[in-house]
Amino acid sequence: MSKRIEIKDLNIFYGKFHAVRDVSMVIEPRSVTAFIGSSGCGKSTVLRSLNRMHEVIPGAYCQGSVLLDDVDLYDPQVDPVRVRRQVGMVFQRPNPFPTMSIKENVLAGVRLNNQRLSRSEADQLVEKSLRGANLWNEVKDRLNRPGSGLSGGQQQRLCIARAIAVSPDVLLMDEPCSALDPISTLAIEDLIKELKETYTVVIVTHNMQQAARVSDQTAFFNLKEHGKPGELIEIGPTEKIFHNPDQKATEDYITGRFG
Amino acid sequence: MNGTIPATPKARNILTSAQLPRFTTTALLVVSFAVSFGILAIFGNAGPIAGIALGAAIYFVANYALSASVEGVRKAKDRFARNVVTGFFLLALFPLISVIWGTISKGFHRLDGEFFSFSMRNVVGEGGGAVHAIWGTLIITGMATLISVPIGILTAIFLVEYGGNGILAVLARTIRFFVDVMTGIPSIVAGLFAYTVFSILMGPGTNNGFSGAAALSVLMIPTVVRSTEEMLRLVPNELREASYALGVPKFRTIGRIVLPTSIAGIVTGVVLGIARVIGETAPLLVTAGITASMNLNPFSEPMATLPVFVYYEYTTPGADPTPYIDRAWTGALTLIIIVMGLNLIGRLIAWKFAPKAGR
Repeated sequence: MSKRIEIKDLNIFYGKFHAVRDVSMVIEPRSVTAFIGSSGCGKSTVLRSLNRMHEVIPGAYCQGSVLLDDVDLYDPQVDPVRVRRQVGMVFQRPNPFPTMSIKENVLAGVRLNNQRLSRSEADQLVEKSLRGANLWNEVKDRLNRPGSGLSGGQQQRLCIARAIAVSPDVLLMDEPCSALDPISTLAIEDLIKELKETYTVVIVTHNMQQAARVSDQTAFFNLKEHGKPGELIEIGPTEKIFHNPDQKATEDYITGRFG
Repeated sequence: MNGTIPATPKARNILTSAQLPRFTTTALLVVSFAVSFGILAIFGNAGPIAGIALGAAIYFVANYALSASVEGVRKAKDRFARNVVTGFFLLALFPLISVIWGTISKGFHRLDGEFFSFSMRNVVGEGGGAVHAIWGTLIITGMATLISVPIGILTAIFLVEYGGNGILAVLARTIRFFVDVMTGIPSIVAGLFAYTVFSILMGPGTNNGFSGAAALSVLMIPTVVRSTEEMLRLVPNELREASYALGVPKFRTIGRIVLPTSIAGIVTGVVLGIARVIGETAPLLVTAGITASMNLNPFSEPMATLPVFVYYEYTTPGADPTPYIDRAWTGALTLIIIVMGLNLIGRLIAWKFAPKAGR
């Protein structure tokens, strides 16, 4: 179920712009890895390269390799659509499909890929995914109402339910709480702790307390100056990064001296 | 201390200001128009248009002056701007209402069973109907829609979803340019184009319904492309990304997420496209031609359509022109009713498919 990710010498470009330089790291299965760093330093770009979502932007490409249990995601024969079925993603802003009900939203990943489900299988999957996203009790009586009628925090958990309904190996989260209030944030942080029992979780966050609370490992990204590519400065156990980092830049960022 | 407290005036609330009573607008309107018609009556000239224009002018000035003296200049300017905007809105409405009123008043009494059940075959003078032209309009416009909608929507999908980078972006820019050029094409040119094509294919002087449909689709495709393109652009990119992140291939993302989300706007665009071409006369004059008889086969023989029917009834009346002119007005009224019906259907579809945000 859960898979190990190994990034080797990853360079990412948007057209001529070199966005991220020489990133290498290992992400262990059943763990939470947090990416922190100031805006524009390439955290989200690296995250999106883990399921080849950055290619959706015209002109974007990358060099180097990303191994998912020893399979290179950037092997020319790899189909990005298949990668994305293994590596799910939750976005910054909740984005349930507006034309679909709560139930249809959860089933979207399965239905849109034309897999047939019997009624009882579908009901089971909906319940399992919504329970997995801690949303079941709040929406079980209105599964056929539109997903856009939920609150922001509920919509984000609906998106998580939608992502885990296709049983991915890895779950990527791009600032999943930045549009949410503290209560909803807490609900999602609790959820992340539960999710790591089953999935490899990678989360981008601007909230350092959040990184400290939920992650096992933290990676700090930075860029030397504006216009230069972002780099991975330091990666290590969260405890160490927050209390005894090796690099001066990391310490400055953590203690709020810049960024 | 002798115990007298200096009388402090009650502090004036700086947030309040003098206001004219609510009925001022209505009262001023009544007075202005009464004065206007009064003045014109004195001079022995009480034409309604002059009266309305003078009344409006008096009202504009009076409202500004009164408001400026009581409420202050800022509020007076606000009232003036509001009056100007409302005035021009009413001015724009005037020709619209007068067209509808003129058509209804002149066309209503021939809107009878005969008009909808007889063609003009063997009719001279009174009687007769436009059933052949109604069918012709429905068939030709329907075929034009069948041709234009798939081409238009697929072109728009290409422009928005596939025209992103590299050589495709150049192609997309070129297509967009030509679509813009096509939007401004005079309709007679579209008609002559279709006429020429069918003359080459089927021999000179060919008149049939299908060539009319081809001419109309030349006019309709750019409308559909542009409106669909705008609608597809309104679909948030986040929805596409959400779909890709679930491992859904691009074509299925477009078909199952992007199009359903924008379907209401696309339908509206298509209905507007139909409304644009259904009243075209010139291209149908040269392509579909005119006939007095019913012809339901669009692939051979001329086919009558409502606009051309109206044109011929109006330009070639008989010895007693009244029944011909009457038929022309009723034909125009029928056309308006058809367009209105299409609009209602389009709105119904748009409302039915629109994404709902209920709780």
